[in-house]
Amino acid sequence: MTPPESSPDGPAPEVAETVVRGTVVIDIEACKGCDLCIEACKPDVLRMTTDERNTRGYRYPQLLPGCTGCRACADVCPDFCFQVWRYDTPKTWTEAGGLA
Amino acid sequence: MNRRNNDELRVIATEHAPDDANQVADFTPGLIDVGEHHLCPGCGEPIAIRAVMDAIALLGLADTCIAVFGIGCSTAFSNNLDVEVLQALHGRAPSVATGVARVHPGLAVFTIQGDGDMANEGLQEVLHAAARGENIVCIMLNNGVFGETGGHLTVTTTIGQRTKNTLDGRTAAEHGHPMRIAELLAQIDGVGYVARGAVNDAGNVARTKRMVVEAFTAQQAGLGLSFVEILTMCPTGWFVPTDEAPDYLASTLAGTHGVGVLRSALEPA
Amino acid sequence: MTTRLVEGSAVVAEAMVRAGCRFFAGYPMTPFTEVLEHMAESLPRVDGVCINAESELEAVGMVWGAAAAGARAATGSTGQGLSLMQESIAEAAMAGIGFVVLNMARGQGDYFQATRGGGHGDYRTPVLAPSGPAEVTELVADAFELAERWRNPVVVVGDYYMAHTWVDLDVAAAVPDPPPAPDWALDGSSGGTGSAKLVSPLGTTKQRDGVGYDLAAHYDHCAQRRQAMTEGIAPRAECLHTDDADVVLVAYGTMARYAEAVVTACRTEGLRLGLVRPITLWPYPSEIVAEACAETKVVAVYENNAGQMIDDVNLALLGAAPVVGINGFRTDSSAFGIAPDVTVENLTASVQALFEQYG
Repeated sequence: MTPPESSPDGPAPEVAETVVRGTVVIDIEACKGCDLCIEACKPDVLRMTTDERNTRGYRYPQLLPGCTGCRACADVCPDFCFQVWRYDTPKTWTEAGGLA
Repeated sequence: MNRRNNDELRVIATEHAPDDANQVADFTPGLIDVGEHHLCPGCGEPIAIRAVMDAIALLGLADTCIAVFGIGCSTAFSNNLDVEVLQALHGRAPSVATGVARVHPGLAVFTIQGDGDMANEGLQEVLHAAARGENIVCIMLNNGVFGETGGHLTVTTTIGQRTKNTLDGRTAAEHGHPMRIAELLAQIDGVGYVARGAVNDAGNVARTKRMVVEAFTAQQAGLGLSFVEILTMCPTGWFVPTDEAPDYLASTLAGTHGVGVLRSALEPA
Repeated sequence: MTTRLVEGSAVVAEAMVRAGCRFFAGYPMTPFTEVLEHMAESLPRVDGVCINAESELEAVGMVWGAAAAGARAATGSTGQGLSLMQESIAEAAMAGIGFVVLNMARGQGDYFQATRGGGHGDYRTPVLAPSGPAEVTELVADAFELAERWRNPVVVVGDYYMAHTWVDLDVAAAVPDPPPAPDWALDGSSGGTGSAKLVSPLGTTKQRDGVGYDLAAHYDHCAQRRQAMTEGIAPRAECLHTDDADVVLVAYGTMARYAEAVVTACRTEGLRLGLVRPITLWPYPSEIVAEACAETKVVAVYENNAGQMIDDVNLALLGAAPVVGINGFRTDSSAFGIAPDVTVENLTASVQALFEQYG
């Protein structure tokens, strides 16, 4: 279930229907920028930062809408950076997107 | 490659836990007191140790187990677990665990060692402990190198694998052949369970955790020595970028050291 | 009391079992083998464990585990086998794991190995040297007390003569139960409590960020423990006719039994000969030796090696009296530790020569 690309003026219509079943809390300071979570994420909603770095100088992962709470990231993370949550009821893109 | 590089997609804040959700996984597993460690980025050992500690928590063995650690990168964890730990010398863990298990026969006594520790320095220890059918679980984290010294040749290094003392790749002519430890132990009558897992992807992590649960189940049932070899990534020792290490493990290490359950005295579930 | 004629090895084994030893691991090697046989036979009767280890290296590893798990544990061999155990003995001192190491030696060539340690780093081990069966029982019990008290390996030195000298032993007395496990020992129960126990040669202090080990802190701690042990153990030696002796012999273990016979014989002939018999080889009884030799004309160190304890006697006297060695005896063809030249007659001759030279 991979949300398609969105257009410049905001999420594509079908993207708005993306269902978000879970989320993660990321301890970006513990991260050593190894990328393992990116490849492991089944819905492919984790993306490494490019410019932002943690205080030790490592890039770290960011979450995009579409998380299913499957905990693959937590299982493969060598530095225990993920806390995984599953929503009681799935949310839509905007609800998830609006969680800032 | 990550297909999510479109900047318009909204990044979701991940500083705080949501209040309308149930927690599925925590940062540091309950039986590891501090998640921080100094192992290299992309190291597979913390993943394997997490799988082992999760299995121990799952089986409710936290207050009836004793870990015996070998000397290697994973030694970083022997002072950070919330289970009782006896730190052994390089190669000696299976013998030390034998002494512990004979004094406390009912406990889940287990060793955590690297391939250098077990297969090089202490191969005699685990072979004889297996032959004696000692009631212990031996876990060997196999990354095919001595990680703590920066990645040197061990007996499980595969043909063609580059290490700090086989810079052009291991050759049989020059450096001899790798040994398959799980297979070696599977043919010794005193063992009750032998399997080899890997932690190079989430599926294998889950599969490895199941193997560890089975290993402890067999041990608690007194079926003899249980052995679980876990293939782990060592980007530093392999001269491989961290994100390529999982595939390198699959092609190089697992090519010689096949993943799977080799022997089990447990009745099929 | 019902006594039975047994070989010295049985006395050693029985002494260990009575001292509460419930775990023993060893590898056969003359003249230690019979102790292993007796332990294999007697430990199961008291719910103990005796393992025939695949090598001495594993034997001491098993004892590590058993001792850390709270059992009184011991291992042993002869000098060569103990060479294989040195790493574990040295690191056990750093880890605070106490157990007894028995050296049924071939002669006395292992004196340096025992008293200086063949391992690495700043560690010491107490060394006890019984000279006869009665003292074996007493010193083996002391060894287990010291090992537990100081959480440090303790060496007990025997030899071929002791192993194969048959003596009567009371076999009827009930075997006391072993003492309870020390509170630091592991039994799994502190797991999951947030402060699970750890026994490690790397210490237990974490680094500033709560991770791994702070070895600097640990080595400071080990230095304090070693100093306390060094000062806490009273050196022991037996003095025989040293008050007015012109010649004083210094000898331990089996050699001291020959020396005793010669002292007694010389005294009956009016020759003022004395003997100092060190019982703790570490800490060495330097003051007792110095005091015993204060008035003497010459000190002769009688040992079945090329001269090792003579160093400690020189250190004790610091030139206060001339020190000569009566040593370098040929072994028999087996080299298991029998020295045909070690006889009362030969020692008497050597002593008489000293009286003539220094008398």
